[in-house]
Amino acid sequence: MRYLTLLRAKQSTTPPPPELMAAIMALGEEATNSGSLLDTSGLAPSASGARVTLTGGELSAVDGPFAESKEVISYAIYDVRSKEEAVEWASRFLKVHQDLWPEWEGEVDVLKLFGPEDFPAAL
Amino acid sequence: MTTSPSPSPEAVRRVLDAVWRIESARLVASLARLVQDVGVAEELAQDTFVIALEQWPRDGVPRDPGPWLRATAKHRAVDLIRRRTRYAEKLAVLGVPDRVYDEYDLDDHIGDDLLRLIFTAAHPVLSTEAKVALTLRLLGGLSTAEIARAFLIPESTAAQRIVRAKRTLADAGVRFTMPTPAETSSRVGTVLGVIYLIFNEGYAATGGTDWTQPALCREAMRLGRVLAGLLPDTAEVHGLVALMELQASRLPARVSPSGRPVLLADQDRRLWDRLLIRHGLDALARASDLGGGVYTLQAEIAACHTAPSTDWRRVAALYEVLAYLQPSPVVRLNQAVAVGKAGDPGRGLSITDGLAAERSLRDYPQLPAVRGELLAQLGRVAEARAEFTRAAELTRNEAERRLFEDRAAGLGGSS
Repeated sequence: MRYLTLLRAKQSTTPPPPELMAAIMALGEEATNSGSLLDTSGLAPSASGARVTLTGGELSAVDGPFAESKEVISYAIYDVRSKEEAVEWASRFLKVHQDLWPEWEGEVDVLKLFGPEDFPAAL
Repeated sequence: MTTSPSPSPEAVRRVLDAVWRIESARLVASLARLVQDVGVAEELAQDTFVIALEQWPRDGVPRDPGPWLRATAKHRAVDLIRRRTRYAEKLAVLGVPDRVYDEYDLDDHIGDDLLRLIFTAAHPVLSTEAKVALTLRLLGGLSTAEIARAFLIPESTAAQRIVRAKRTLADAGVRFTMPTPAETSSRVGTVLGVIYLIFNEGYAATGGTDWTQPALCREAMRLGRVLAGLLPDTAEVHGLVALMELQASRLPARVSPSGRPVLLADQDRRLWDRLLIRHGLDALARASDLGGGVYTLQAEIAACHTAPSTDWRRVAALYEVLAYLQPSPVVRLNQAVAVGKAGDPGRGLSITDGLAAERSLRDYPQLPAVRGELLAQLGRVAEARAEFTRAAELTRNEAERRLFEDRAAGLGGSS
């Protein structure tokens, strides 16, 4: 089963420590080589994006930045055998931040992608 | 991880299972280097699992569960070695400090250890069945019950296969080593064969009531990706990963909502798994760059089907090359299908004529099924119906049997 993880954090004014970037790369490599990580990417600040809205029958497109306190700064897609396994990878991702950038705060949403296991008739 | 106020034992068990999935292969691999015996390493890993099962619900899940498991496992291994060799006793007599194992780190050489484990689990002294069971057990971290369920065999049979496989390795004195450079290529080939066998068992569960067993397909793909990470310069490893991912991308469209199989031509291509297709095409590009091989060729064929409409001439041409490199009856049967689809059912049929005498295809339901399709294309309805009826008699897969029966009944007419 697949999970999408969305990492949210405050946009930082200081760049992340280089050791953290190295640790994130190493963790990504480990997750890829274990066959679990299918896709991942960092996301540019919402200032370089836009939001398209449909509300009250009106369609509108507004350029970023969005006014949220935290922005989605990266995503990953894992192919795992349980939700707990996806949670474990997400936890490891946060732990390297905890170890190498103590003042950093953020959260990961672990969201299940629909798959054949959600449609038992199709199995 | 600080898990919210004292999680239930069931929740802790689920966390442990998840961590185990991630860590067990590496744990067994590095233990095997320490004790030089895969069977003993696997037992030590199981002991470690049991210790975690006792301690984690009581003390909480450790912050770094992976390192915790490795440290615990190392203690068990060192204890065992000392008991066995009365090592500590001898050291005490000699007054030598007991430092050897303190410096031993289970985290060292993890890639090499995993490769050794993969090669050992698919060692030539083992039967195919044993290789498959041991690979799923040691590399996939599957329990005996899971292996039994996947292969529709009693749990006792699965347990026996694993015990016997470990004993075979021990009796043959198989060391936990890398193959020699001269052996490497054929040993890699064996490993790829085992992985693809696991995949195919899932892709077309032969004796089962289900058309597909996605769990085994996923496990095989995962093993393939692990191997690709360990042998990044070996073309055929990427070729096999590409082949499995491209084939698996069609799994969601292979079964109708009512559980009936849907053949490639009738599949809703919008249901295909695009992420797997992209992954598979990337792996295929890498495999081709590195020189390719028979898995790569098959992946290229599978890639033809990911286009909005299949270029059957290209598929037929690729099968021609494959039939030359790997002249097996099944490849020629597939070649016949492609030639038929490319617009020459007469030539396709003549290819299958040569296959009727093949012993290995005598009870193979796909042979009459393919002949049925080609004969139907040629308008030889009565012969086509007879072939589909024969295919339905031969298959052991319930869903497939119904598919062939429908095909026979759907031909209509009596000519």
